[in-house]
Amino acid sequence: MISDFFPGIPPGIVLILGALLLPFVGERLRPVFILGLPLITLALVWRLTDGASVVVSLLQYELVLVRSDSLSRLFATIFSIMAFGGGLFALKQEKILELVAAFVYAGCAVSVALAGDLISLFVYWEIMAVASTLVVLSVGAANSNRTSMRYFLVHMFGGALLMTGIVIHIVDTGSTAFTAMQPTSIGTMLILFGFLINAAAPPLSAWLADAYPEASYSGTVFLSAFTTKAAVYVLIRGFPGAEILIYVGCFMIFYGIIYALLENDMRRILAYSIVNQVGFMVTAVGIGTEMALNGAAAHAFTHIIYKALLLMSAGAVLYQTGKRKCTDLGGLFQSMPLTMICGVVGALSISSFPLTSGFISKSMISQAASDENMFIVWMLLMAASAGVFLHAGIKFPWFVFFQKDSGLRPKDPPWNMRLAMILFSGLCIGLGIWPEPLYAILPFTVNYLPYTVPHVVNMLQLLLFSGLAFFLMLPMMKRTLTISLDVDWLYRKLLPVTAREFVRIFSPLDRFLRDMVKGWIKIIIQAVQRQNSSEGLLAQTEHAGHMAQWMVVLLAVYLVLNFL
Amino acid sequence: MNNAEEKHWLVRPKTIRGLWIGGFALLALLVWADKFIHGHPSFGIDGTFGFYAWYGLVVCVAMVVFAKLLGFFLKRQDTYYHD
Repeated sequence: MISDFFPGIPPGIVLILGALLLPFVGERLRPVFILGLPLITLALVWRLTDGASVVVSLLQYELVLVRSDSLSRLFATIFSIMAFGGGLFALKQEKILELVAAFVYAGCAVSVALAGDLISLFVYWEIMAVASTLVVLSVGAANSNRTSMRYFLVHMFGGALLMTGIVIHIVDTGSTAFTAMQPTSIGTMLILFGFLINAAAPPLSAWLADAYPEASYSGTVFLSAFTTKAAVYVLIRGFPGAEILIYVGCFMIFYGIIYALLENDMRRILAYSIVNQVGFMVTAVGIGTEMALNGAAAHAFTHIIYKALLLMSAGAVLYQTGKRKCTDLGGLFQSMPLTMICGVVGALSISSFPLTSGFISKSMISQAASDENMFIVWMLLMAASAGVFLHAGIKFPWFVFFQKDSGLRPKDPPWNMRLAMILFSGLCIGLGIWPEPLYAILPFTVNYLPYTVPHVVNMLQLLLFSGLAFFLMLPMMKRTLTISLDVDWLYRKLLPVTAREFVRIFSPLDRFLRDMVKGWIKIIIQAVQRQNSSEGLLAQTEHAGHMAQWMVVLLAVYLVLNFL
Repeated sequence: MNNAEEKHWLVRPKTIRGLWIGGFALLALLVWADKFIHGHPSFGIDGTFGFYAWYGLVVCVAMVVFAKLLGFFLKRQDTYYHD
């Protein structure tokens, strides 16, 4: 129906162009746009038939702006749902720039999921980087301005790697098609590095926890969803079974847990846990079997919902209290019961508790490791599952809503934020109880039953004993007013300090050298001046006879040389 | 406003004691359930009695201790980058 009115329009474009209209529609019409655009996009995504449907020519290349299949549809669907939920949560956001940027960002994420060639993928990929930077920048505070520039530089670096890789790959193969590759040539390796930077893989993971928590209460909700999950999508499509991803993913899983355990800022805890969760997906892509890829895709889908829910809950606390440090928070369950309940639903989902969405998606990844007889990977995934409950499942709700009585008694947030949290909580539990609709839209046929008695009991054992460890170790987890150094220390501290010291040490030498050269120049100028002054050799007048005499000498020399 | 005498029921010492007792009972029940449940272990160790329980506890304690130790090297005042 809708596509009858908009034939041949790429779904993501609706969000992008609609976003650009937001500043010009009145306040009364704006909510209609914010809630309507993602729904139109979703409807268009589901009206697409499989295969390439929007193809344009650019020079000698064909750009496939829309190529639909089950994997594209899955990611375009969840990005649209996320734009709707995030839009509802941000409905009263006064900074229009944030809303415009967030919707352009979402539209580009949908377009990345549907792009059938590397060139259009790259274009949308880069607009995503710019739009997400603007989401952070829209806050307008000095700190967020600096952070957004660091974020932008990291992504421009990633974009440069990606572009170089794409160019080399196109020259090597003659094809712009975005299909499965192996990281065996320079081109494909650079493409992989470009993708991994957006997935917050090491060594440049720090941009995520640096930038996302500096966005507004609603901006972080949008940020949590698109960049890293678009990276997971391109990894699933581009590099299934690339073994290196298993190691990268496992590192990310534990990096996220350890840094989140050390963190005091509630939204930074959740930011580190994004890296942790994306680590599960990256590992699954590395395993590369149908079960693993289904697990990665399903986990990206459920993760977007529960992570947004967690950040909505944290955003609601920030919105109502203006505070974000665990040391300042605590006891909020008394006055923000709905925010607490929704936060706990998100926390249980991220921890893969039975009857929540995480349970039916993450378990597919460990099942894939088990099916492939990867004992060490499986043990690491199990340890990480326990660790997720520890660092996000309990730590976040405990320190924000329970812990101690901070004396704060804020109310639950406005209706639109409450409704967004209830909607996403419903999705978390709904998918946990009834996973079949999600399983039905995964890239491969699902032959997996999450709810068996041993599986439920085993997971409950793992998680509840992890919970016991949390409370036994609580004295060691006391929050402090600290941050933890990361790789970003290199460009936030080492580089500026080195530059400053370099200037301090070398400026005397520089001054000495410049004075010396200036002295030489002065001598030369003086010499030239001397020669050109009224008494100088070059300024003296000469008799015409001298010239004739020298001409005779020259002709004589020429004559002699001619005879020789 | 609540005052010190009128604590929320959830944070009264009696409730907290009850939660600890209930929690331990639940943990014991879950481990005990292992006796009757026979899944399809893939590696052997995952089929041993109480594996998921002790493994969950041990790895979490290990991660907290590791994070604490790493914290000695990595933690800085949260104004570190503001200078």
